[in-house]
Formats: sequence, C-alpha cells, structure tokens
Amino acid sequence: MIEINGVSHNYGKSKILQNISLSIKESGITALIGPNGAGKSTLLSLMARLQPLQTGSIMFDGHSVSQTPTRELAKTLAILRQDNALSSRMSLRDLVGFGRYPHHKGRPTAKDHRAVEEALDYFDLQDMSGRFIDEVSGGQKQRALVAMAFCQETKYLLLDEPLNNLDMYYARSLMKRLREIADTGKRSFVIVLHDINYAGAYANEIIALKDGTLAIHGPPQDVLETNALQTLYSMKITVTQHQDQLVALHHL
Amino acid sequence: MHAKKLIILSVLLALACIAFMTLGAKGSWSFLLVFRGTKLLALLLVSVAISVATLLFQTISGNRILTPSIMGFDALYLLVQTLLVFTLGGFTYVALDGQIKFLAEIGVMLLAAVLLFSTVMGKGRQDLHRMVLVGIIFGVLFRSLTGFLQRIIDPNDFAILQGASFAQFSSVDKDLLGLGILLVSACCLIIWRLRYTLDVIALGRSNAINLGVSYERLSFVVLVLVATLVSVSTALVGPVAFFGLLVTSLAHFIMNTHRHAILLPASMLIAALILVSGQTVFERILKSQSTLSVTVEFFGGLLFLLLLFRGKMR
Repeated sequence: MIEINGVSHNYGKSKILQNISLSIKESGITALIGPNGAGKSTLLSLMARLQPLQTGSIMFDGHSVSQTPTRELAKTLAILRQDNALSSRMSLRDLVGFGRYPHHKGRPTAKDHRAVEEALDYFDLQDMSGRFIDEVSGGQKQRALVAMAFCQETKYLLLDEPLNNLDMYYARSLMKRLREIADTGKRSFVIVLHDINYAGAYANEIIALKDGTLAIHGPPQDVLETNALQTLYSMKITVTQHQDQLVALHHL
Repeated sequence: MHAKKLIILSVLLALACIAFMTLGAKGSWSFLLVFRGTKLLALLLVSVAISVATLLFQTISGNRILTPSIMGFDALYLLVQTLLVFTLGGFTYVALDGQIKFLAEIGVMLLAAVLLFSTVMGKGRQDLHRMVLVGIIFGVLFRSLTGFLQRIIDPNDFAILQGASFAQFSSVDKDLLGLGILLVSACCLIIWRLRYTLDVIALGRSNAINLGVSYERLSFVVLVLVATLVSVSTALVGPVAFFGLLVTSLAHFIMNTHRHAILLPASMLIAALILVSGQTVFERILKSQSTLSVTVEFFGGLLFLLLLFRGKMR
C-alpha cells in the first residue's frame, strides 16, 4: 500500500501541491489524471524520491521514501519519467538491461539476462533490440523505457505518461499488457494518463488532481461523469455509454 | 570485439614507448634509461590523468563536448598557485617542500572546485547552454584574476611563478612525479570500482536514482576525483585545453559503447598513444622545432569545432 500523508510542495512561491493525503491500494492500476499543471508529475517524482519532500510523508508498505536507502527502494518501486534525454550510446537491449542494475549491481547473471529477454519479448522489442537508442523512433524508445521499468521487477511501477509518442496500436497494446500484469496481482501501477477514456477503461481507481489539490479519488464510474469532468477540466464534456463502457467525448 | 581493439591499442602504445626510448639513442644507456624513462613515465601519467578526468566529467555532466579544462578547472589550479605565491611570497614559496606545496595546492583546488562546481552541476546538468556559459565565465574569471595578481605581484615572485606554471611536455616537473603516480593510481582504483555505477550515472539523475544509485553523493565523489586528476596533470605539464576532448571523442568513436569498463582503458590508451608517439616525432624527427602541446591543441580545437557544428554530441 502507498500512503501519502499531508504532502505539500512549492517551487519558489508557486504552490504545486497542497496538503495531499491519500492511500493507494496494492495491486491494480491507479490512474492519475488532471489538467496541465495540476501537480501530477510532481507528485509522482516525490513518490519516486527524485525530489526531496518538503512537508508530509510518503510510505511504500510502511517504508518512508525519505528514510529508506535508495538502493532498497530501487527494488520496491520503479519510475518512468516523461523527459528522457539519454546521451549514452547504447542499444535498446542495453537500455532495457539497466532495469536489472538494482539486482545485479553491474554483474548480470543468467537470471538477469533471462528477465531482459522476457521484457523484450513482452513489449514487442525483440526484432529491434540491437538498434541504438538514437536511431529509433520516439515511440520505440518509449516502449523500451517501459520495458526497462518492467524488468526492474518492482512491486510498484510509477509511469508518467507512458502513452507519450505511441500510436493507437501500441498505446492500446501497452495498456492491455499493463492490465494483464496488474491482474496477476503481483504488481501495482500508478499511471499518469491524459486520455481519460484509457483511464476509464483500464484503471481500477482514478485519482484526479486540480490546482495541486485532490479533486476526486474513486472508481472510474465516479470520475467518468459529465459534471465531475466538466468541473475538473473546466470545459464542456459529454459522457456517453458504448456497450457497458463509459466514454467521454472530449474531442468534439 | 572491444577486447581486440584494446589489445591493438596496447600493442601500438608499447611500440610507441619502445620507439620513444630507443630512437636516436646515443651515449650511456644508464643515463638514457633514467632520463627518457622519467619523461615517458610523466607522459603516461598525464595521459591517464587527463583522459580519465575528461571521461568522468562528461559522464556526470551528461554531455560529450564539455571537458574539465573548458569548464575552467586548470585555470582554477593556476589561480590557486598564483594565490599561494601572492600570499606567501616568492621566497617562502620556493623554500617550501615541493611535495607539501603540491598537496596544499591540490587541497585548496579541491575545496574551490567543489564549492564552485557542485552547485552548478547539480541543477544545470541537463542544460548544456548554461553549463557552457558557466564554464566560459569561470574560465575567463579565473584567468583574469590570475593575470591581475601576476601584474601586481613582486617581479621576483612573478619569475618564480612563471617557472612553476609554464610547464611543458618536454620539461616535466620530476619532483612531483612520484606523488602524482600515487594520487592518480588511487583515483583510478576508486574509479575502476565505480565503473558499473558510472554507466548508470551516465543515464542522468532521475534514471540513476530510480536504479538505486546515490546520485548526489557519487557525483560529489566524481567531482573530487576530477579536480585531483586535473591538478596532477596541470602541475606536471600545464594546462591543455582540448586534448581531453580529442581523446574521449576518439574513444567513443572507436569503441562505440556506453560501458565505462571499456571506455576508461580505451581513452587512457589513446591518450598515451597520442602523447608518446607525438613526443617521439617532435623530439627525434622534427628536432623539437615545434611543441607537441600546440599541435595537440590545434587538432583538438578543430575537433571541438567539428563536434559543435555537427551538433551531434550532447
């Protein structure tokens, strides 16, 4: 379980997060949504100890992110960030292989190689695994980064807009894969998503942030509701039903 | 494939060393061995120091066109030296034991480098333009402060300072060689143990933290190592601006890998090969008509421009 307690965060004078308290259940997909500048990425990077906490506390299974050694946390949680400027010259296989570093510290065993191959297979990267990261498309690199986070084999995965750069085909197939993994019950995802229909279709729970505060926290049907979405995004949105799936028509 | 390339480089280096020791040898071997041997040792030491310092600096700063000298590290060392002469006075400075003086200079250098650069490197890492700007400003600042101090200094002190700071490849400061070898070996030992961690650090701050590396602590350690290595090489042969860049670019080009376990030895070997063979050509064939540092700087500078224009290297 992830427990976030009284977390506030400021950059200079601008308040990014104000007194966020919530708990995220184990296993399943939790989608983090909200308009631009709502503080989603900041919350995620605070959870992943990429920035020091200013106030409040964040605990993963009772281990505080600010007090647990970073090498231990690397076996509990993995994060995929939005901006990944990589200057090293390496193949996609090498990049994915870095996900195993917390386990082997530079000396990969047969088990680590196997985990990398599985991740490459699982995310359809096997046929391009020898290509260098500066020679593949943004979407292919993005999938490799997801595969890298996956083969870190942590209980919690925090993904900041994993669908960035992905076309419809790969966006859906990635979400389906994540759903499959979540359904095994071994791993939990917290995913920042911009498309609320993906959130509605694949998440167990949705957390909506607005202006640095917690707006809604509940199952998809609570969030995919005309009034709730209109208040959250300050725009006109119609929610309809297609078969048994709620769909927000936000593009019309 | 990498191992094969490293072996070829080692063989070439061995040949260059033999050529350096034997070409045009006249007179007593006992003299020649000591005379040329010391020089060879110094060249090798400087190669290791500069190449490793540059590679490490590029790893923690996350780009491939900045080097410690472009960021003003060796200018800082010269400033420290000038400040010591200025405050102590030339006679006290000369009377001091060479090795103690050297250690004191390194100490001050470390303090200054950590204070100045740790703040810049932490925040500005992904911002290449800001790093270049800071480097240029620091470099100019250190050089002008040095120049200013040298103008108001006592003329006798100035002469002493010139002797100390205008070192060359052909006249290496031999007193410092032993201490230099000790320091550089210690640094290399630490770096070799960190070789896998350095691969992770090269992925950037957030990736490194995500993979469980204590990024802040390690980049501090690396900064200290870089400052030490630059001090040793500057003390021995004076500042060399573009040599490190030339060497690491070649190492990346030849090895085409991200692994420090390969890049580190490769850049050491390439640096040593260039310096030893270059010095052999200059001393034996061109009869010291020009200086090696000028030529190395010329090609290094051209490469720097090429990298900038191609805009490929980050």
